[in-house]
Amino acid sequence: MAEEVKKKRLTDIGPHDYNEYLSPVIKKNYGKWAYHEIIDPGTMVHVAESGDKLYTVRMGSPRLVSGSFVRDICDIADKYCGGHLRFTTRNNVEFLIEDEKNVEPLKKDLEKMGYNVGGIGNIVANIVHTQGWVHCHTSASDASGVVKSVMDELYEYFVEEKLPSKVRIAFACCLNMCGSVSSSDIAIVGTHRKPPRIDLERLRNLCEIPSTIAACPTNSIRPDTVDGKPAVKVNEETCVFCGSCYTVCPAMPIANAENDGLSIWVGGKVSNARTKPTFSKLAIPFIPNDPPRWPGVVNAVKTILNEYKKGAEPGERVGEWIDRIGWPRFFKITGFPFTKYHIDDFRLGETTMNYSSHARL
Amino acid sequence: MGKKHQTPLLDELKKGKWISFVKEIERAAEKSERTEDLLGQVEESYRDKVNHWKHGGMAGVKGYGAGMVGRFSEYPDKYPGIKECHSMRIIPSAGFFYNSDFLRKLADISEKHAGGLLNFHGATGNIQILGMSQAEAEDVFQAVAELGFDLGGSGSDLRTPSCCAGQARCEFANYDTMKICRHLTEEYLDELHRPAFNYKFKFKFSGCSNDCVASAARSDLAFIGTWKDKIKINQEEVKNYKKKFDVQKYVLDKCPTKCMWFEGENLAIDDENCVKCMHCINELPKALKAGDERGCSILIGAKAPLVTGPRMGMMLVPFYDVNEDAKNDYEWIKSLISNMWEFWDEYGVSRERIGELIGRVGLNTFLEGIGLEPIPEMVEHPRSNPFIKFTEDED
Ligand code: HEM
Ligand code: HEM
Ligand code: HEM
Ligand code: SF4
Ligand code: SF4
Ligand code: SF4
Ligand code: SF4
Repeated sequence: MAEEVKKKRLTDIGPHDYNEYLSPVIKKNYGKWAYHEIIDPGTMVHVAESGDKLYTVRMGSPRLVSGSFVRDICDIADKYCGGHLRFTTRNNVEFLIEDEKNVEPLKKDLEKMGYNVGGIGNIVANIVHTQGWVHCHTSASDASGVVKSVMDELYEYFVEEKLPSKVRIAFACCLNMCGSVSSSDIAIVGTHRKPPRIDLERLRNLCEIPSTIAACPTNSIRPDTVDGKPAVKVNEETCVFCGSCYTVCPAMPIANAENDGLSIWVGGKVSNARTKPTFSKLAIPFIPNDPPRWPGVVNAVKTILNEYKKGAEPGERVGEWIDRIGWPRFFKITGFPFTKYHIDDFRLGETTMNYSSHARL
Repeated sequence: MGKKHQTPLLDELKKGKWISFVKEIERAAEKSERTEDLLGQVEESYRDKVNHWKHGGMAGVKGYGAGMVGRFSEYPDKYPGIKECHSMRIIPSAGFFYNSDFLRKLADISEKHAGGLLNFHGATGNIQILGMSQAEAEDVFQAVAELGFDLGGSGSDLRTPSCCAGQARCEFANYDTMKICRHLTEEYLDELHRPAFNYKFKFKFSGCSNDCVASAARSDLAFIGTWKDKIKINQEEVKNYKKKFDVQKYVLDKCPTKCMWFEGENLAIDDENCVKCMHCINELPKALKAGDERGCSILIGAKAPLVTGPRMGMMLVPFYDVNEDAKNDYEWIKSLISNMWEFWDEYGVSRERIGELIGRVGLNTFLEGIGLEPIPEMVEHPRSNPFIKFTEDED
């Protein structure tokens, strides 16, 4: 295969056959797993109908990793797992171990190397996040730095089970929301607060005016003529600073050092267990960017987590807890102010009003 | 060893217990010198609180219209190492299973031809190699292809499909997520590699309604495992759980349809009223199992906020017999997908995701277009307003 690829410059060779990477015990018991047990926040065991066991040790990763990181985890996998390992959706590394005797030594090795073992059960899961200042031009904030700052503070909740249920935090550095963060227990989202600037010279060279106009969710972009040449103008009264125009037209930059920052959203979930999947709702409309450690965001997340830990019943996700106690109480106990920004005035906003006399007084 | 750029702000992010991405970038820079300049530029962003990337710019591999994202520094003179800092998206192995041999080779490629940095994985599920120039793209592509890996999707095309670990390591999986994920990726390579859609389109596969890959929140077509017949109960194991915790309070009382109760010591379930939410099975994995008639639900239209607001996937097909269809090379689902794409191509406008199109033209028009009948599972409840548009054929 490799030879043929070299000679002919083949394209479209397609997805690699995953069977090549399945360990013998997985191949043997594929589709025949009976149950699993969580041993501790870093370890679980899956037991097959045949009685075979597969141990999994989970380790956090920052998603953006070096070649040296990759070699570290490969060395561990070779030493204890016959070279087998996988990643999770939330960017964790999972070591797949057949021999129970290897579990503890593997964990010790990881800890010696300074890696974080945990993330299974009623924990704060690894934060799914986007590219930020490290690699994206649309970002209203950095991603990795905020995530690192929050996870440092919540570290105990990744390595120990101390919460009523699992808490999934997600981060996106602009409304494109590459990580689809909008259904997380706690979501942190980069937010612009000023309209795009228009660079007319570049606009004429780089942008197609009809598609730029069509990109706007609020119809705030109108065709215009400047010095007899085609241009666009933005209605600043109706612009919601979403940055969609910048995605299609590079001559409409929206990033703004003084006015960009982060918003906090709560109570979303994707699983169907008990209640239906739901979007996260606005808790804090804006916190200024305060690098390198973002204390404003870290404190807000901590406040939510502490109140949740105190108030939720075992098994309740953040959204289920808030549904039970009501939003007025959520704002009261967290001390977050409820403002005009919390009332939805976008499309379908009117469906979110309280059409009843129900109020917890 | 002298550092090329002083990074006092980033150095703050080397402290603390959680693994540090700054240390990772530094480790990459030890192997691939250009990445020093990435540290410099990110430090500058930390100082002025804005990013310093130009908007886009093209990058690509011959024969492909997708798979690379162009990235150019705003200050190429100051940070020549990242003047071009493109990333390449690579289709992952389904379920993200790998071995050390492949990963080591990939690490070598990233250091030899790029910035020595990788993403495991991007939000869509691609492996990404970061920090290469256009001139190096061909070398990276060749090296990756020789390992038997291919480029992923980007732009207005089918994005790289992804799936949960499914039957490889989860007892909850109702169908083989990895098999269908690989099969459909293979089937639609052209749609993946050569953007010709109105906008992006995503498939994601979860083996049960815990939905570990968040398919219903972020894929245009979400496949979520389910079953039709009765939940299998092991009464002995139920009794064991009752000794450990309050099964009535934490399991039965939380069932969304209250379809479980105790008859004496034995657990009973009114399966006709069960909505397959997985709660009871999650809590009592040794005692309860999905039935034998397994398949998946198909939800359509999920997307992120831009342009017209976020959408959650909505029920389109409550039960798709994927295990049966697998025997016919997934013919049924392929014909449904092709109907959908035709409808989207004909009626959709540029940058309109399929969920937004359905919102604009109405679910009925869409169903007619793709040849499905309206059924009550598709709605939360029937309409409550009286503005019915009766049609001519209703005599
Ligand atoms: C109790 C049994 C459960 C098992 C054995 C299990 C297993 C797994 C596995 C193997 C993954 C990694 C999937 C992948 O990357 O392909 C995962 C992730 C995930 N699970 Fe579960 N799951 C369980 C319960 C749940 C429940 C109850 C929920 C939601 C309430 C849930 C939500 C998720 C989500 C959102 C992810 C993605 C995040 C991540 O990778 O950490 N799971 N689970
Ligand atoms: C008429 C002008 C343009 C239009 C209509 C346009 C449209 C788009 C659209 C629809 C996307 C897809 C976003 C997505 O992946 O979801 C996109 C992505 C992108 N655009 Fe543009 N664009 C335009 C001009 C430009 C220019 C001039 C550049 C660079 C100088 C550029 C760079 C990019 C990049 C790098 C991406 C990300 C590609 C990816 O996700 O794979 N675009 N653009
Ligand atoms: C120039 C513009 C853009 C760039 C450079 C960009 C970049 C990226 C990158 C690097 C990823 C991870 C890709 C992967 O894992 O393969 C991603 C994923 C994603 N992007 Fe973008 N993006 C752009 C525009 C957009 C826009 C306009 C939207 C939405 C309207 C969007 C929504 C998403 C979503 C939802 C994901 C995650 C998908 C998933 O989790 O499955 N992006 N983007
Ligand atoms: S969320 Fe926005 S800023 Fe962040 S990586 Fe995605 S497109 Fe870029
Ligand atoms: S930022 Fe958003 S709302 Fe404002 S003009 Fe651009 S597309 Fe329209
Ligand atoms: S979605 Fe269901 S089947 Fe797939 S890994 Fe998660 S719990 Fe298992
Ligand atoms: S799966 Fe959900 S709806 Fe069905 S019996 Fe269990 S808890 Fe009730």
